Amino acid sequence: MTSELDIFVGNTTLIDEDVYRLWLDGYSVNDAVALRVRSGILEQTGATAGVLQSDTMDHYRTFHMLERLLHAPPKLLHQLIFQIPPSRQALLIERYYTFDEAFVREVLGKKLSKGTKKDLDDISTKTGITLKSCRRQFDNFKRVFKVVEEMRGSLVDNIQQHFLLSDRLARDYAAIVFFANNRFETGKKKLQYLSFGDFAFCAELMIQNWTLGAVGEAPTDPDSQMDDMDVDLDKEFLQDLKELKVLVADKDLLDLHKSLVCTVLRGKLSVFSEMETNFKNLSRGLVNVAAKLTHNKDVRDLFVDLVEKFVEPCRSDHWPLSDVRLFLTQYSVSVHSLDGFRHQVLWDRYMGTLRGCLLRLYHD
Amino acid sequence: MPGKLKVKIVAGRHLPVMDRASDLTDAFVEVKFGNTTFKTDVYLKSLNPQWNSEWFKFEVDDEDLQDEPLQITVLDHDTYSANDAIGKVYIDIDPLLYSEAATVISGWFPIYDTIHGIRGEINVVVKVDLFNDLNRFRQSSCGVKFFCTTSIPKCYRAVVIHGFVEELVVNEDPEYQWIDRIRTPRASNEARQRLISLMSGELQRKIGLKVLEMRGNAVVGYLQCFDLEGESGLVVRAIGTACTLDKLSSPAAFLPACNSPSKEMKESPFNEDPNPNPHSSGPSTPLKNQTYSFSPSKSYSRQSSSSDTDLSLTPKTGTGSGSAGKEGGPLKALLRQQTQSALEQREFPFLTLTAFPPGLLVHVGGVVSARSVKLLDRIHNPDEPETRDAWWAEIRQEIKSHAKALGCHAVVGYSESTSICEEVCILSASGTAAVLNPRFLQEGTVEGSLEQRIEENLPVGCGFCHIPYDELNMPFPAHLTYCYNCRKQKVPDVLFTTIDLPTDAVVVGKGCLIQARLCRLKKKAQAEANATAISNLLPFMEYEVHTQLMNKLKLKGMNALFGLRIQITVGENMLMGLASATGVYLAALPTPGGIQIAGKTPNDGSYEQHISHMQKKINDTIAKNKELYEINPPEVSEEIIGSPIPEPRQRSRLLRSQSESSDEVTELDLSHGKKDAFVLEIDDADAMEDVHSLLTDVPPPSGFYSCNTEIMPGINNWTSEIQMFTSVRVVRLSSLNLTNQALNKNFNGLCENLLKSLYFKLRSMTPCCLCHVNFTVSLPEDELIQVTVTAVAITFDKNQALQTTKAHAEKSLQRASADNEEMLQFPLELCSDSLPSHAFPAAKEHLESASSNSGTPAAQRATSVDYSSFADRCSSWIELIKLKAQTIRRGSIKTTVTVEKASPMGDGNFRNRSAPPCASSTVGVVKMTPLSFIPGAKITKYLGIINMFFIRETTSLREEGGVSGFLHAFIAEVFAMVRAHVAALGGNAVVSYIMKQCVFMENPSKNQAQCLINVSGDAVVFVRESDLEVMSAQQPAVNCQPSCTGEVTT
Repeated sequence: MTSELDIFVGNTTLIDEDVYRLWLDGYSVNDAVALRVRSGILEQTGATAGVLQSDTMDHYRTFHMLERLLHAPPKLLHQLIFQIPPSRQALLIERYYTFDEAFVREVLGKKLSKGTKKDLDDISTKTGITLKSCRRQFDNFKRVFKVVEEMRGSLVDNIQQHFLLSDRLARDYAAIVFFANNRFETGKKKLQYLSFGDFAFCAELMIQNWTLGAVGEAPTDPDSQMDDMDVDLDKEFLQDLKELKVLVADKDLLDLHKSLVCTVLRGKLSVFSEMETNFKNLSRGLVNVAAKLTHNKDVRDLFVDLVEKFVEPCRSDHWPLSDVRLFLTQYSVSVHSLDGFRHQVLWDRYMGTLRGCLLRLYHD
Repeated sequence: MPGKLKVKIVAGRHLPVMDRASDLTDAFVEVKFGNTTFKTDVYLKSLNPQWNSEWFKFEVDDEDLQDEPLQITVLDHDTYSANDAIGKVYIDIDPLLYSEAATVISGWFPIYDTIHGIRGEINVVVKVDLFNDLNRFRQSSCGVKFFCTTSIPKCYRAVVIHGFVEELVVNEDPEYQWIDRIRTPRASNEARQRLISLMSGELQRKIGLKVLEMRGNAVVGYLQCFDLEGESGLVVRAIGTACTLDKLSSPAAFLPACNSPSKEMKESPFNEDPNPNPHSSGPSTPLKNQTYSFSPSKSYSRQSSSSDTDLSLTPKTGTGSGSAGKEGGPLKALLRQQTQSALEQREFPFLTLTAFPPGLLVHVGGVVSARSVKLLDRIHNPDEPETRDAWWAEIRQEIKSHAKALGCHAVVGYSESTSICEEVCILSASGTAAVLNPRFLQEGTVEGSLEQRIEENLPVGCGFCHIPYDELNMPFPAHLTYCYNCRKQKVPDVLFTTIDLPTDAVVVGKGCLIQARLCRLKKKAQAEANATAISNLLPFMEYEVHTQLMNKLKLKGMNALFGLRIQITVGENMLMGLASATGVYLAALPTPGGIQIAGKTPNDGSYEQHISHMQKKINDTIAKNKELYEINPPEVSEEIIGSPIPEPRQRSRLLRSQSESSDEVTELDLSHGKKDAFVLEIDDADAMEDVHSLLTDVPPPSGFYSCNTEIMPGINNWTSEIQMFTSVRVVRLSSLNLTNQALNKNFNGLCENLLKSLYFKLRSMTPCCLCHVNFTVSLPEDELIQVTVTAVAITFDKNQALQTTKAHAEKSLQRASADNEEMLQFPLELCSDSLPSHAFPAAKEHLESASSNSGTPAAQRATSVDYSSFADRCSSWIELIKLKAQTIRRGSIKTTVTVEKASPMGDGNFRNRSAPPCASSTVGVVKMTPLSFIPGAKITKYLGIINMFFIRETTSLREEGGVSGFLHAFIAEVFAMVRAHVAALGGNAVVSYIMKQCVFMENPSKNQAQCLINVSGDAVVFVRESDLEVMSAQQPAVNCQPSCTGEVTT
């Protein structure tokens, strides 16, 4: 006696969270059944393996049918075929778009193209995440990217509106889109210690301060497409950053800056002497990063540069985080006292964000 | 020409991409009614077109309005080739034809294509302007209301129950017409859908005409079925119960109504002709008569009526002595005479109802059923479906005579079904023989008539169990005892019925689903040989099904079955029998005896051991079941018993006096051919198998109960969480070495596994009860068995459940001794109130105040006397108080209703601004349930009947996820379409939902499958009781606050 057909359809669509997770994780029905058996569900419920198999199949079929709708979450809300309570709809969407830390670190900043998709095999092997799950996550990134790429207005809001994600998840996707668009390098070995959270934090700061949308003024000219874009860095701003070079190029200015900083920090830093020795190197590093940002290639290497030029030197001297914070604060503020320097606003826009990023990046 | 149909096409959304080049669609809509077609403009390049059409107006006869569906076809405009159809929507406009139902149909409908399924949605508005037509000879029956619900709908009151109505129409099946060879599958499917839609409209109209003839205004318990007879055609048939219903429209109207019930009746439009169609009749015991007749359609007809005794499973005990039941005798005879005369006027005194207004059901006999095997032949003249009519008339006649044999003149809980395989068709009908109170069946009530006095003397909660027939002249041997409740009348030891458990029945413990399952192989044969083979097998099947049922009932320690439904399915090479019922322990009936196993060869020691081992197992199971279902009937002390139950010895003496047989003979008799339900002889494989199958039935896991009736006895604190579902399984039997035993085992396993799967799936809802569990078996192919289950899971509050059961049990004890006079003070109208009667904990205290308040006026009205149960009366009194309070605040209640109505389908623009994005779903929730009520809610309006038929076909079965994927999607789509129609009518639920047909055919080698589904139900508007309370609490009407508070706080 073999089962040819075996289905269960509820007026309210039944969603089993555990099975949903297994499905999202890309397990086959048989693997999922095996995992469920291991969870001890048979003992708890007194069910048989056959019952479990049939139940799992049913859920998988439902999820498969729902997947098409999950690709455009507003559709899930308006469709009539599956009657799902709003809280469950939210859960379905949120979980579907949730991604694995290990996976996102592999593709963050990469072009979301067919080429990258081909590499998913390797990523799957490397991370231990099933290929199916990798594909889903990759396709999610790509789908969100495609939808919001050309959109005006706040990136997070756009994502939230079109994908109905929670605030937290929408912010993460904003970071992913931002990184993918600007192709920031995140895969280098020396960046491996950084988590997705670190990058997402930086991305948020950069979106808030360095993009066109960040200028803050409401778009005065509705025709101008570029007025309110969150995904692209403000080209003009990057161009202007060259002006900061004077801070290190002008020897007097550099010395003055150093003395200002040292005066204030003397006795307050545990690594004062190291700081004093390294000041010029550090300052040169930070300012040069800014000056180089006109080139796309250098933009991509932003994080590599920051780690190389600032994080690593400090770390090798064992700066405590509190000292880094004090130093960066003082380093930024002191510039206001440099009479010969005329780009205060520019400096603040640059350093305000950079300071936040560096503090986040500075850890083991 | 009395009707103008107006249709407006507003917009579409989520349309499929029809133009690959642009990834868009140029959609337009054709609106067709009858032979008139209108078109919208083409809305270019959009998947969300906004047509905003003008009002398309159709001027049509109301006859057409009833018959024709509105057809809406969405197409993709193509300049160079033919326009491509995207899909269709059929809208049944019947609900717009009677005033109390919906006034407008407006909402998003899924666009359905028989090949692709749902492809987007379309927003449509439909209205009807009806002109009054006084033509007496009209062919239409606009205004007759139809209900699938098999009880008096919740917001109505039955003035008169007129009786049985039936009709059938036949046609050629488009799938078997010659043209089908040259047209596309889509065209063929659509032709079929359209035809069936037309036929059911016509059928409904014709039934409506009959109802009007009977001076009724509604059909309750309307059941419409399709017989796909293949080559020989398509039959659409329907049965129902004609009634005159009065709407309990609002509390305001309700209150005066109870002051003058008789006046009410006079005011009802059809009162001038007191043409009653009462039915009533006597009861019997378990299963009564079955007849098998085989008549190969022509004149040749061989009828083999098996005698009652052959099939009766009740123990053979004496009947002769006239010691008992004297008091009941003469009255009964009189009652019978009275009702008889009224009954004679109706050809078939059948009711399709399964639940009754209090007082209607006087006695219940037993189940009566009839089956007949027919050979199908081509229907030559669709306009004169005489053959089919004659077949059914024959069967109904049989049912009627069976009921008569039981001393009953009516059949309630009546239903009909067919099973077709190739050219053989089994027609089945079954129901419960009963004696009804004629008061409900005729217009105008004779005051102080005899039957009323009879009821007054009837004890509450057990009256329906009392035998209706004369025990001196019993139609079959039965074991009678004095009623354990009232001690006055005789009751049988076991009671089988097809109806729901009467609300006033006193039940001990909880009930449970009991199923008997059986397969029998049969040789493949042609035509008459086949039919003969089948009709030869039928009596044995029926007998074994009943034996199984009886054994399982005993094993559960219960003594009555409700909602019994026996389905016999015919296949190429086998017959399947599946009986489902809900077992309960009726306090009025005697405690069932255990099951004894008897061996044939008593000398063999090890065999003896085996037997005693089995016996022990069975006894253990019975004990366990009693505990599980909380069956602990109060011990009856001998003193209370007015006249003692005959002792076994007495019984045998009686027997001897009658038939000269000795005790030993009886013993022998029991272990011989006529198997007694109590004794299982274990000397052959069959019996062995029986015992095993008895013991393999696993009880549901803790926290689960199941029943196939509306409500579960012993549970009355339902929460509002409900989940209706349909589950389908098809298994392929290995064709090798098929034996009856192997088949039975497979079939049993299939059903048990299916139930286990349901329990597992619904585990998050525990404690819960699966109600109205409805199994359907079909044999689509040689080795395929298909089982379809539809049921609803309802969560209940466990803690409260325990308390109320206790209270209930206590109450039931008191009930027996409750003073009859008190009961008289409650007008009937109160009890037929619309609120589902839930447990009313504080009922008792209210009784005093209740009776003192309403006592005086009520006592003066003899006509409104009623003898419903204690609990019912209390709760109706409370409801009366509540309603009074609400009358004053009616404004607030009204708002609730409109809010409910607006929200379900508030289209696109309805958005919850403050909520997080996901909470702002625009699709209103529509509940579906096979029950006639929604727990924790009050049905405020019936919007009309939903009766839909869909065909889905695929030529890419693998790509759609195989057979499971295909059917899963299709059933989900059917649900969606039902919900959308209900929402468009302004409703938020479907009650009495039933999937009448799910015919699935596959051809995996061709990568094809096809499925037909037919569903029906009643679209309703419901309001949560909690919402009602909140509403009234929130806005205490300022001007009349004192009076409300005074009454409510009692």
